[in-house]
Amino acid sequence: MNASARTMSDKRAEEIIGILLRTGVTIAAIVVFAAAIPYLIRHGSAKPDYHAFHGEPDHLRHISGIVKSSMALDPAAIIQLGILILIATPVARVAFSVFAFAEERDWMYVVVTLIVLALLLFSLSATNL
Amino acid sequence: MNTFELTSLLFLGSLLAGFLGSLTGLGGGVVVVPLLTLAFGVDIRYAIGASLVSVIATSSGAAAAYVREGFSNIRVGMFLEIATTVGAITGAVVAAYLKLSWIAIVFGLVLLYSAYESVRSRTDLRGPSEPDRIASLLRMDGSFPASQGIRSYHVTNVPAGFSLMFTAGVLSGVLGIGSGAVKVLAMDRAMKLPFKVSTTTSNFMIGVTAAASAGVYLNRGYVDPGLAMPVVLGVLVGSLIGARLLAGAKVKVLRIVFSTVVALLGLEMMYNGFVGKFVQ
Repeated sequence: MNASARTMSDKRAEEIIGILLRTGVTIAAIVVFAAAIPYLIRHGSAKPDYHAFHGEPDHLRHISGIVKSSMALDPAAIIQLGILILIATPVARVAFSVFAFAEERDWMYVVVTLIVLALLLFSLSATNL
Repeated sequence: MNTFELTSLLFLGSLLAGFLGSLTGLGGGVVVVPLLTLAFGVDIRYAIGASLVSVIATSSGAAAAYVREGFSNIRVGMFLEIATTVGAITGAVVAAYLKLSWIAIVFGLVLLYSAYESVRSRTDLRGPSEPDRIASLLRMDGSFPASQGIRSYHVTNVPAGFSLMFTAGVLSGVLGIGSGAVKVLAMDRAMKLPFKVSTTTSNFMIGVTAAASAGVYLNRGYVDPGLAMPVVLGVLVGSLIGARLLAGAKVKVLRIVFSTVVALLGLEMMYNGFVGKFVQ
C-alpha cells in the first residue's frame, strides 16, 4: 500500500470516529435529559442526603439491572442507562478502530486495539473488583 | 435544600466548570470533585463517580472535533491507552482501600500541578530529527497540518511515556479526573510530540481512560443518578459553549485566573485532607 492511500483511509477512519463519538454523546445526553424531568417530578421535593455514603442499590449498578429497571420506566434507571451509553461511546470507538486498522492491514495495531478493548470490556463486566 | 434546588445549583456550577475548563484547556472534570465536596458537602466517592462520567462526556465531545482536524496521533494514542486503561482499572480498585483523606491530599497535589502546567510558558520544542528505534517499530511517527503546510515529526522515549501514562491512568482511576496534565507531560515532554498533537491526542485518550474506571465505579455503586445527571449535562453544555467561544477569545488572563482558582481548590482539598474532614 502506498503512503497516500494509507493517509486517505486514516482520514476516513478519523471522520467516522468523530461522527461515532458525537452521536454517542448526543444520544446519552438526550436520554439523561429526558429522564431528568420525571426524576425531578418524583424526587424533587425530597431532602437529598449525599453527606454520608450509602452506595447505589443493586438495580442501578449493573447493566442487566439498569436495562430491566429502565424498561419499567424508573427515571433513576433511565439516567443510569444514559450514563451507560456514555461509557459505551469510547468503547465503541475502540471497537471501530479494530476494524479500521484491519482494513489497513496494520495487524500490530489490530492486536494493540484488541488489548485495549478487552481491558475495557473486563472493567465493565467485572462485578467484584 | 431539596433535590430540585440542589440539582439546579449543581447544574449551574457544572456549567461554569465546563465552560471555564474548555476555554482554558484545563478540562471541567478537574474542578467537579472540589465543587461537589467543598461547596455541597457531597461524599468524595459520589463526587468521583459523577466527575468520571462528566469527563467521558467532555472528552468524547471535544475529541470528535479534534480528530477531524488531523492533529491527534491515533497510533500513539491507542498504544498508550494500554497503559492508561491498566492504570485506570488499578487506580479504581486501589481507591477502595485508600483512606479518603489521602485521596483528598493527592487530589490537591494534582490540582496544583495542573494549575502550574496550564500557565507555564510553552515553547514548542523541536522534536528529535532522528527516528527512534521503538517508535519506528510501532509506526508512531506522524505529521500534522501546521501554518506552513504539513509538518512531520518523530516520536522518542516510548518506555518513559508509557510509564507516565500508567501513572496518569492510576490518578484518573483514583481521583475521577481525566489526568490531561499528566498525559500531556508524557507526550509533550517525554516523547517529544509537538504540543498541539500532545493536547489533542490526550483529549482523545481521556474518554477511554475514564471509561475503564467508570465501569468499576458504576459496578461498585459510586455513580448516583441524581448527582451525575446535573453534573454531566452542566459540564457538557458548558464545555460546548466554551469551545464555541474559544476561536475568538483572549484566554491568557482567564487562564491565569482559573488556574489560580484551581490551585486554591488544591490547597483547600489538601487542608481538608490533613485535618481529616473526609472521614470514611
